[in-house]
Amino acid sequence: MAGKRKPKLAVWKFSSCDGCQLSLLDCEDELLTVAASVEIAYFLEATRATIKGPYALSLVEGSISTPEDAERIRAVRRQSKVLITIGACATSGGIQALRNFQDVEQFISTVYARPEFIDTLATSTAIAEHVPVDFELRGCPIDKHQLLEVLNAFLNGRKPNVPRHSQCIECKQAGTVCVMVARGTPCLGPVTQAGCGNLCPSCNRGCYGCFGPKETPNPASLSARFGELGMAQPAVKQIYRLFNAHAPEFQQESQRHE
Amino acid sequence: MATHYSSSAPPVRLGRHSLQALIDALRGDGYTVIGPRLEDAAIVYAPLESADSLPEGWVDQQEGGHYRLLRGERPALFDYVVGPHSWKRYLYPPRQRLWQAHKQGKGWRVKEPLDNTAPYAFIGVRSCEIHAMRIQDRVFDNGAFADPAYIKRRQQAFIVAVNCAHPAATCFCTSMNSGPRAKEGFDLCMTELLDEQRHEFLVEAGSDKGAALLTRLPHRPCDENDLRQAEAVATAASQAMQREMAPDVAALLKRHPEHPRWQEVAQRCLSCANCTQVCPTCFCSTVEDVTDLSGQTAQRWRQWDSCFTLDFSYIHGGSIRRETRSRYRQWMTHKLSTWHDQFDTSGCVGCGRCITWCPVGIDITEEAKAIRDSEGGT
Ligand code: SF4
Ligand code: SF4
Ligand code: SF4
Ligand code: SF4
Repeated sequence: MAGKRKPKLAVWKFSSCDGCQLSLLDCEDELLTVAASVEIAYFLEATRATIKGPYALSLVEGSISTPEDAERIRAVRRQSKVLITIGACATSGGIQALRNFQDVEQFISTVYARPEFIDTLATSTAIAEHVPVDFELRGCPIDKHQLLEVLNAFLNGRKPNVPRHSQCIECKQAGTVCVMVARGTPCLGPVTQAGCGNLCPSCNRGCYGCFGPKETPNPASLSARFGELGMAQPAVKQIYRLFNAHAPEFQQESQRHE
Repeated sequence: MATHYSSSAPPVRLGRHSLQALIDALRGDGYTVIGPRLEDAAIVYAPLESADSLPEGWVDQQEGGHYRLLRGERPALFDYVVGPHSWKRYLYPPRQRLWQAHKQGKGWRVKEPLDNTAPYAFIGVRSCEIHAMRIQDRVFDNGAFADPAYIKRRQQAFIVAVNCAHPAATCFCTSMNSGPRAKEGFDLCMTELLDEQRHEFLVEAGSDKGAALLTRLPHRPCDENDLRQAEAVATAASQAMQREMAPDVAALLKRHPEHPRWQEVAQRCLSCANCTQVCPTCFCSTVEDVTDLSGQTAQRWRQWDSCFTLDFSYIHGGSIRRETRSRYRQWMTHKLSTWHDQFDTSGCVGCGRCITWCPVGIDITEEAKAIRDSEGGT
């Protein structure tokens, strides 16, 4: 590792469920090595102690869904040499981006007794729509091995091995039988980035697209195939509206089926 | 490489129940026996200990993007054809560690991994699959390049072929001259003889290894009738072939690098890479270097890659095949045309896997035919 001082790591939370930060705590065996390699300067999920910036590396979880979020992310960016977003909320707005397709004012007045206390944006958006991001780690939640790989690559000054190709490649390398071809089960795998560890297809389920669009996806062709498999138009729209509903390619495809 | 087999031993008959003796003998000789098994709604290639786990009575219905197992009309063990797996996953595994290095002072100490895999015996290898292995032999052992781990696994492998009785609708081995009858490249080759009177296998030895093993199994001599019946199985299979590859496809594709059909197929293609992963001859790989967090050990891994990924064509400044059109063209022209220039053979054996396992059912024979038809009636 370059230099004697350990790089300062900060973990920030925006609009999210904390699941991705927990993946870091979940790296039990490796966590001690991580802790030995970096100075954990800001990580409220793990410790109340905070150390002032600037930070060598900021991991950012969550989306921008309030005016306060939008302000705070700029401050985080200013204090961070490298900023890596983790999880679907941070990389595409998350499940809460379903609001982007609806009238938020109406939700607020229906759901809350005192709507005037609610200060929220009309949309939930990805961090990269607000500030420059150095690397986006996908997933809902992220995969802990990929997270360690990203940290590892950062510490060793190399590019992370995080492929952007399809989930299908994970199926084939694992020897998983394709659920779409062998069972007719609709699967988002061909348009979804690999990385989850082949979770759903290996349990005979179609991929839910948790890792967001792969590089150069072709959802229009996949949707046509879903239609041939008997999926109705509203269901085709819905299948793209999950954890990565606001990712541009998924968003456009769901809107084509409105 | 020792892939040319021959034996002058006459064919014999094995009863259906002698297949367990075959598996036991191979296991006794130290082989890890791999064969067809029903798993997750498909026939896959997996470790086999008992002849009872052979897929008795199952047939595979295949079409573009479609595979279903159905109960056949007879208790045949090999009436299925080929499934999502190929023997490539054993001879050339999806992920292999090439070496590992430990930090020592200022330098590194590199250790190559020991390959302790027991020799494989493959049961149920089809003619197209033997051809696919021979094609990969030229890739991994061709004078200019040799992959010692592949060569070792390949040389040690014991191959029990099976002649296909019923090709799938996606098969086109006849037009690729790679089947359906296995002619060489096996240690043993079986033809399933099944009617009201009997359930037996006509077994030919293709190597001394095969002939020697055969003498240890309970067997009976063959008569004229057995030979005729076996021949009839192969002939019927050949006649049942539904698809074919356009003739002279290698030259045809060379004439059409900018054909509009490439754009049309790209509208449907998902660039998901399934076709290359299931193809028994595709050999592309990428290497990945990984370190532990402390930077004290490093490993180099090789894993399957595909010309359908954006990263595959990444060179300084970016990827050169950004469009699906150029990725599909790379795949198809490599398989059917430029492979000849590179390895003196076609890269396709007509197994049909890329058709069946393409989620949107893109058909390499149909794509070739469309380009050919566009030239008019020559
Ligand atoms: S199961 Fe889904 S992800 Fe896997 S190969 Fe089939 S389509 Fe692709
Ligand atoms: S190109 Fe298709 S048909 Fe030809 S060998 Fe490969 S998978 Fe089989
Ligand atoms: S078709 Fe593609 S993946 Fe297959 S060998 Fe050729 S370049 Fe490699
Ligand atoms: S041809 Fe089919 S299997 Fe191959 S990349 Fe395109 S969609 Fe995937």
